[in-house]
Amino acid sequence: MKINVIYFGMIAEAIGKNVETLQINSIQPNTDDLTTFFIQQYPVLKNKSFKIAVNQQMATNNTVINENDEIALLPPFAGG
Amino acid sequence: MSEKKIKNVFVEGPITPEKIANSIAHHQVKTNIGAHDIFLGQVRADEIDGKTVQAIEYSAYEEMANKVFDEIREDAFSKFDLTCAHIYHSKGVVKAGELCLFVFTSSKHRAMAFDACRYITEEIKAKAPVFGKEIFEDSSHVWKVNN
Repeated sequence: MKINVIYFGMIAEAIGKNVETLQINSIQPNTDDLTTFFIQQYPVLKNKSFKIAVNQQMATNNTVINENDEIALLPPFAGG
Repeated sequence: MSEKKIKNVFVEGPITPEKIANSIAHHQVKTNIGAHDIFLGQVRADEIDGKTVQAIEYSAYEEMANKVFDEIREDAFSKFDLTCAHIYHSKGVVKAGELCLFVFTSSKHRAMAFDACRYITEEIKAKAPVFGKEIFEDSSHVWKVNN
């Protein structure tokens, strides 16, 4: 399954990119699966704090991901 | 049915005192307002490990952030008896001493303006996907985290 991923702030800096399309070998992954997947893909994320947004909504519970969803990895907020 | 147009809250660079003055002036025609409250966020020259912050470079998940700002504003209108509420946030570089956030609430009476201004500001800090890179004089940086 393909997902479109956007990275921000210290997460984008740590992995060296802002956007990419990734292939996930799972039929119905959820955001917990994604967290594990991203840490495997980018071990540098293991010590970083980040949250996942799905289609511009914070994934507060474990959210199911669908093909072509917009996934964003968000480091701690610093607005204001 | 047309989708509601979401306002863009972001301003490139610092928020100028002139923008704030103009915003106040624009409300003088709204004579049902009896109280305004304003919160201004200013970039601090914090000292971190012996180095002084010169500026913060703000970035954001802009599309989501504008939706979040809009939700916060709508929530404020439902919780408080407001006449007006405006939010502006910087993106890009804002130097120490310059302003990065402008929250402006107006109501008939002071209590609602005060409470709403605080509510909006706290919600922004907690929920808006805005990121800040604190830049030092030697061009090194650390990432700011709200507490």
